[in-house]
Amino acid sequence: MTLDEIDRALVLALARDAAQPTTQLGRKLGLSQPATWRRIRRLQESGVLSARRLQLDAAKLGFDVTVFLGIKLATKGRVSLEDFERAVSAIPEVQTVDHVLGLYDYRLRVVARDLADFERVLRRRIMTLPGVGDVEANVLLSEERRPGPI
Amino acid sequence: MLDTEDRAILRQLQADPTLAMPELAGRVGSTAARVARRVERLEASGVLLGQVWEINWQALGYAVAVSLRITLDKTAARAFDEFLAAARLVPQVLDIQTFLGRVDVRLSLIARDLADYQHVYRTQILTLPHIADIEALMDVANVKSNRDLPL
Repeated sequence: MTLDEIDRALVLALARDAAQPTTQLGRKLGLSQPATWRRIRRLQESGVLSARRLQLDAAKLGFDVTVFLGIKLATKGRVSLEDFERAVSAIPEVQTVDHVLGLYDYRLRVVARDLADFERVLRRRIMTLPGVGDVEANVLLSEERRPGPI
Repeated sequence: MLDTEDRAILRQLQADPTLAMPELAGRVGSTAARVARRVERLEASGVLLGQVWEINWQALGYAVAVSLRITLDKTAARAFDEFLAAARLVPQVLDIQTFLGRVDVRLSLIARDLADYQHVYRTQILTLPHIADIEALMDVANVKSNRDLPL
């Protein structure tokens, strides 16, 4: 889908704040409320706006540690990728799972209360998954999301 | 501090941020007025930051997503700051994360296709300051991406 200038401004505004009223959003872009609503609807239907997410302060909720894990499967060909993906996705502390090509097979984002809690998740839930081989852990220190090429 | 009802509210909203107040109240077994007060308090205390729409870059023609794992030359005093400031100027960079571990920085980069990726990589990534080593991993599929917290 190709976007015009107004679509671009809408997407950027909604990627920062999805809860703002369409009247207010439309006024800023010089659009009527129905026109704004129609454009947002079209952006959702075309899949450009894919999911609405709640933003929570993880640290204030007691989650002080985020670790990225690179996982290599040990016995490729014998372990079903679907089984591994289903099992790893079901772990509540695992926030994202990406199948990647390169040094590792999967990248996981894991959240925990502290390092001891992370160790528990790693040992009891992740290392026990079928087919897990090499695991590399990197502890997240800072993170910044950029607006992207819009 | 948060109690069980606060957590139940956040859990429901995390699963569906578009829930209307009466529906949300029904799910946590409370009244709309009571839940509205709690949501207000969670917002005021900064626990509940708001809501955002996620952009699907594939729908906008960016078919390639690459994760660049970068090691910096730490002998340069301001290596991190100078690298991060320059990386922010590359429009195709979606995430900038710094780590304690084997990797110093991870950049998520998108491109329209492999030719576009090669161009961006050569002209805008390899020219970033203080890089000691780069490994690239190509994203094949997002299996899980909701980033939900285990509340």
